[in-house]
Amino acid sequence: MLAPRRKQQKQSDMSEKIVIIGAGQAAAQAVQSLRNDGFDGPITLVGEEPYPPYQRPPLSKAYLLGQFERARLFLKGDDYYPNAGCELWLNTRARAIHRAGRAVELEDGRMLPYDKLLLTTGARVRKLNCAGADLPGVHYLKTIADVDALQAAFTAGRRIAVVGGGYIGLEVAAVAAKRGLKVTVFEAMDRLMARAVSPQLSAFYAGEHEKAGVDLRLKTGVEEIGGHGKVEWVRAGGTTYDADMVLVGIGVVPCEELAREAGLACEDGIVVDRNARTGDPHIWAAGDCTRHVGREGHAIRLECVQNAIDQAKHAALAMTGKPKIYSEVPWFWSDQYDLKLQIAGLARPSDAIVQRGDPAARKFSVFHLRDGKVAAVEAVNAAPDYLIGKKLIAEGTRVDPARLADLSIPIKQVAG
Amino acid sequence: MPKVTYIESTGRAHTIEVKEGWSLMEGAVKHLIPGIDADCGGACACATCQVYVDPAWEAQLPPQSDMEETMLDFAPERQANSRLSCQLRMTAALDGIVVYLPKSQH
Repeated sequence: MLAPRRKQQKQSDMSEKIVIIGAGQAAAQAVQSLRNDGFDGPITLVGEEPYPPYQRPPLSKAYLLGQFERARLFLKGDDYYPNAGCELWLNTRARAIHRAGRAVELEDGRMLPYDKLLLTTGARVRKLNCAGADLPGVHYLKTIADVDALQAAFTAGRRIAVVGGGYIGLEVAAVAAKRGLKVTVFEAMDRLMARAVSPQLSAFYAGEHEKAGVDLRLKTGVEEIGGHGKVEWVRAGGTTYDADMVLVGIGVVPCEELAREAGLACEDGIVVDRNARTGDPHIWAAGDCTRHVGREGHAIRLECVQNAIDQAKHAALAMTGKPKIYSEVPWFWSDQYDLKLQIAGLARPSDAIVQRGDPAARKFSVFHLRDGKVAAVEAVNAAPDYLIGKKLIAEGTRVDPARLADLSIPIKQVAG
Repeated sequence: MPKVTYIESTGRAHTIEVKEGWSLMEGAVKHLIPGIDADCGGACACATCQVYVDPAWEAQLPPQSDMEETMLDFAPERQANSRLSCQLRMTAALDGIVVYLPKSQH
């Protein structure tokens, strides 16, 4: 087993102590980056869950399907943290940040002093707010424990009502259909993944789910969940549907309470600058919990692995005195059935659309052009389009829409 | 447990045990071998876990899927023996395999 290489430390770092609150992907990246960037003082990582940082993307995909053992979820090996000089305080909740005294107060009353504090508190699921929403059999999907509970109920022939046609709801729907459950998806908007993808993609995915036997109910909000001591039915759009379980995937809200109560600016996310720094010069934040100025110049909140990794890297750089502006292109992916969706950039409804390839071939992409440049790309089973698209976005290259749509020109040569 | 030797572009070698069924990428990342980024966590979605397989071991690996082949096309400094380590599953037969790491994954 390797110990992370520690670089020669500066005298000024000698007594510095870094505390990280929230033990997810951003935290794991921050520990690694702080060490790579030369920080050699003690690091304490505080997390509410019983587990060290793990990958969440497989939870709604391979792990739910039972094709990915739990040990593989963990981002680092067991001895990584001790070797890295990072204390893991798991099953531990922070209650308050005392900025004047530079200490974090834990729920059991202990005080954890810091010189620099990093908040990687992530996001929590938005709860369904209707009658019966607290019945046994109503599931959410965010943690290992959530999936273990859901998986135990996944038996062929049972009926699952999925509330919310976003990434999580549809990935669960795909796994459930594959496992032989009867799936109904309720989506309040008029199309699937409306917040995340273009109408072209929504239509394509609706077709794929219907082919798999999923009953899609668009423009249908869930009004009530009922049953005797457990979920037995769901009422949506005035109709009652039998259901043995419910999976709710209606988005997340940033975990910003600690920051807000400490007087740090929060606007649907902990407000940070482009170096991941909050208004307090001793406190940084990274990942799903932040609102930051994106590369297009306006404030955004991203919920994705890319932002957790890249923003944590930038926080570590700033915390070690080497600040660099965070302006990476955001990217996302989703696996549903045998379809790999890869997205780079943030599209706007006003963008010009160029389609490359034929959805009927189940391999195509949708490019979003703004001022003649690629602003976003959505690729289905078309990794080259995604990779080239991401590069074109980063470089701000002008492209000819006709060439982009022409499959006889390899994507690598489209920009000429 | 079968062992894998990862050799950095500087020549520094790391030999670690990788559980059967896990990928060579996972073995490297969990043990913090420098030189494998694997930003996507093994979804064959980022092409940042390229390795060069020692020629003595190439024949014992499963063939590339179309997806891996396509993604490798975008990895920097691709060579004939390039593979994406997230797509290489450890087996007892691969005990002792040697892979070389590129200078950079980007």
